[in-house]
Amino acid sequence: MTGAGGNGPAGYGHPVAGAAGGHAFTVPVLKLGDILLVTLQGELHDGMAEQLQQDITDRIAHTRVTGVVIDISGVEIVDSFLGRVLAEIAAGAELLAARTVLAGMRPAVAITLVELGLTLPGLLTALDVERAMEMLTAGERQGEGSP
Amino acid sequence: MQASRHAAPASLPIGSDADLAWVRQQVRQAAAELGFGLVQQTKLVTAASELARNTLVHGGGGHVMITPLDTGQSHGLRLAFVDAGPGIRDLDQAMTDGYTSGGGLGLGMSGAKRLVHEFDVESRPGEGTTVTVTAWATAVPPSRPGV
Amino acid sequence: MTVSEENADQEPVAQQVSAFLERRREQIAQRWADAALFRTVFTVSRDEAVEAGRAVAAALAAVAASGRLEDIRASGFEAVRDQLGRMAASRARTGLDPDGVAREVAALREPATEVLRAEFPDPHSPEAQECVVALTVLLGTLRLVVLETTVSAGEEVIARQREQLHEVATPVIKLWESTVAVPLIGTLDSARSQVVMESLLDAIVAERARYAILDITGVPTVDSLVAQHLMKTVAAARLMGAECIVSGIRPAIAQTIVHLGIDLGTVLTRASLADALAYALSRQGVAIGPVPAADAGAR
Repeated sequence: MTGAGGNGPAGYGHPVAGAAGGHAFTVPVLKLGDILLVTLQGELHDGMAEQLQQDITDRIAHTRVTGVVIDISGVEIVDSFLGRVLAEIAAGAELLAARTVLAGMRPAVAITLVELGLTLPGLLTALDVERAMEMLTAGERQGEGSP
Repeated sequence: MQASRHAAPASLPIGSDADLAWVRQQVRQAAAELGFGLVQQTKLVTAASELARNTLVHGGGGHVMITPLDTGQSHGLRLAFVDAGPGIRDLDQAMTDGYTSGGGLGLGMSGAKRLVHEFDVESRPGEGTTVTVTAWATAVPPSRPGV
Repeated sequence: MTVSEENADQEPVAQQVSAFLERRREQIAQRWADAALFRTVFTVSRDEAVEAGRAVAAALAAVAASGRLEDIRASGFEAVRDQLGRMAASRARTGLDPDGVAREVAALREPATEVLRAEFPDPHSPEAQECVVALTVLLGTLRLVVLETTVSAGEEVIARQREQLHEVATPVIKLWESTVAVPLIGTLDSARSQVVMESLLDAIVAERARYAILDITGVPTVDSLVAQHLMKTVAAARLMGAECIVSGIRPAIAQTIVHLGIDLGTVLTRASLADALAYALSRQGVAIGPVPAADAGAR
């Protein structure tokens, strides 16, 4: 799919282990300067998504990052549960003075979310991780949701 | 024209987060095999995810029957989510956008309905709920006469 | 002459029917020429209708001779399958559905059985009845053959129309770096809107576009359904990180939108494609800083 820009020089710090079903899925959470890069991929169990939400909020509080990029270019479906988790991560980050950008949503996922009735207003979006990083570092408000 | 069964129906249990993930994978695979386009696949898998979660969270678990359909002109997939839970007291309310009894966004039922071609709910208080949805590989359901 | 064993008497009855159809082919063809199916297809010349009736009667005789009264794959039918297909297609073009065509074929039974009954001194004798039943079965099979050709002719039409739909699917054009546009011309229905939405979103990915322009200058009317599709497309593009601009809303359409009470709310609009492009360009020139609310012109 979209060129979801790469793994930075720093290693995967503090991966979140899959909480349910004993599967060995992990969600890499990477700190790049002032920005937290979260890469979601493949199947995400509900319990795991909630664990991730908790973890990201903790990381923001402890590391004082100013932005969070959630790369979902590897995610094949976003249902209302995951949609709610993403919106809550953004809302939680906002309370901690960090902005969240959702990057790399696939066209089929976007069409489905809109049909589902989930337009995630207020959430910043970007075509890929590179654009998301630009947005956060430049302080650009482009792509922001409904006024 | 009578829809004849194309392959054997499959039944999958819904009892945990991991089961939800398995249902999503199986539905996607079945839809892909029947020639559903990427957007159609994504819509159906998302609807399945919403409904399977309802079965798990509100119905206390159950199962889904996955039945491939073949009318000779078009391929479809029918999913029946069955639980023996408390049932839905007020169906109209449950089908309303934003109504929630489970802490979600309240888009599960109404949203899922918008993602499929046919949608049917049967529920008896105290006996359980069966939600049956059908999606066709073509944009227009082939059963619609005279169009 | 009839024997009592079931299997044994099937064959002679079929042969009897076959012989009858051969013998009375002309008479049957004449009667069929006046039946709705033949009369309405061969409007110019009755002779052609009679000729077609002869061919069908001959084919039925061949099928009966083979004893396969109930087999729609019987080779005798092959001789007339083409002709029946053309007749069915011709009837379908006049708006008759497959059911209607089947009814017209069913109407061929009565004239044929009348001629058959007249062959027997006692039309109510068991022998006569058996022949009538066999002929009825045979014509029932003919009806299935016609129905099958009708349906497959209908499928071809549908498949062709689908293809045409995809051909007219509006192309997405790259206007500038990071800017794509889709000029919509003609009526937008649900299926076409879907195609437009998908190709626009795919183009956003392919071109890494920040701006996507939906130009509706060529769209004659905007009803609430079309407006809804436009808003869905805008919302989906936004989720992917692109900004969607709707341009070319003509004054009449703007009024309709107001009258219908449709709230285009968050949709960014511009008067023309040129204005929309100018907006996208200026936005890319000014990369930093929040958008002044007035500039967004979200109305």
